[in-house]
Amino acid sequence: MPALPTPRGPLSETVLAALRGAPGTLSPGTDVPTPGDPLADDDLHLTLYACYELHYRGFDGVDERWEWDPGLLGLRAELEAVFEDGLHAALAGWTPPAADATTMDLALRAIADADEAPSLSRHLERNGTLEQFKEVVVHRSAYQLKEADPHSWAIPRLAGGPKAALIEVQTDEYGSGDPARMHAQLFADTMEELGLDPSYGAYVDALPGVTLATVNLMSMFGLHRRHRGAIVGHLALFEMTSSIPNRRYATALRRLGVGARRATEFYDEHVTADAVHENVAAVDLAGGLVRQEPALKDDILFGARALVELEGRWATMLLGAWAAQQRALRAPRHDAVAA
Amino acid sequence: MSADGARITPYRDGPLLIRGAFTLADQDGNDIAFRGQTVALCRCGRSRQKPFCDGMHKATSWRAASEAQDPHAAAQETESRFARERDSTTG
Repeated sequence: MPALPTPRGPLSETVLAALRGAPGTLSPGTDVPTPGDPLADDDLHLTLYACYELHYRGFDGVDERWEWDPGLLGLRAELEAVFEDGLHAALAGWTPPAADATTMDLALRAIADADEAPSLSRHLERNGTLEQFKEVVVHRSAYQLKEADPHSWAIPRLAGGPKAALIEVQTDEYGSGDPARMHAQLFADTMEELGLDPSYGAYVDALPGVTLATVNLMSMFGLHRRHRGAIVGHLALFEMTSSIPNRRYATALRRLGVGARRATEFYDEHVTADAVHENVAAVDLAGGLVRQEPALKDDILFGARALVELEGRWATMLLGAWAAQQRALRAPRHDAVAA
Repeated sequence: MSADGARITPYRDGPLLIRGAFTLADQDGNDIAFRGQTVALCRCGRSRQKPFCDGMHKATSWRAASEAQDPHAAAQETESRFARERDSTTG
């Protein structure tokens, strides 16, 4: 079980200290500071990440009853409101494309095509260093070691065709019954081949808020039934923008001399698997959900657009750090990925 | 659907998805291995992992409807293209 992360400000200081004690002891009225950037603030997103992790794997030495502690859930709701308001503010100038149940794939593709963020996979494929590749793997570990889990929260909230479509995707994600083929395990294998620590949560202290926000986005969408449209849109766009970048990552690894099958399998697997998933997720899942619940159309597209927004900010941060000859990880853990 | 054999779905601007009970073999009868229960077969011709789809249709904005194409409409489209070519060479 992972250790509690190191606090990054007054909010995480208060919450992480409380988690070491008994449930029910978080003082009400904990001050929620106004973050400079609600989509990247370190203190906000580390605290939110810790709140959500109680629903996944928990933390070493933390009483499991904290998961449903009313005081903590009340505070979490305040943090989520800040995050959600930040998302809506960032997308204030965006209008969801017109669509109905039969054209959700086209609307989702329009969102993907409008993405103007710099391409991380293209950089790694052509010019990236091994150290940069390892940094990306460390960043992604916050999600990939629990790959598919945030979207699984949606399963009991769906019914019929969209539910069957989600299960069709998730079955592959979880290795079709073979734990060695679970995508999270394939990612752990890649980490090991790169000399990284594949333990769940090992690098959280190295990850900036902009990275934790990409994971918190899925957890927030997944854990709230009212966001079931958004988590479906998130998954659909994730799958639609996966095959080609994963082929580039695999090419990069081979170019960098890390071509062992165990190292590249995670990426190779995603090229053909996600070529299946993107159609299932866009047409059968997203389109199917709009057929059942037409009112969710804009929520689905918002979830997709929010993914593009946060992924773009994350990629821009990494490429900016590298262009300035800097590490894209927080000290002191950034030394852990030295090539 | 597996009780009825295979179900093949052309997805708009994308691959053919095959679900249900089917085998995939090359022209010499050798099984082509695949993972999972559903496969996506390339129909744009650009895949680097044929016969499987690898998403390359998106890189070329390849277009195809999901429903069957009407042969009359296709023939009319071809004829109007020929007409444009004739006009451009004579004009």
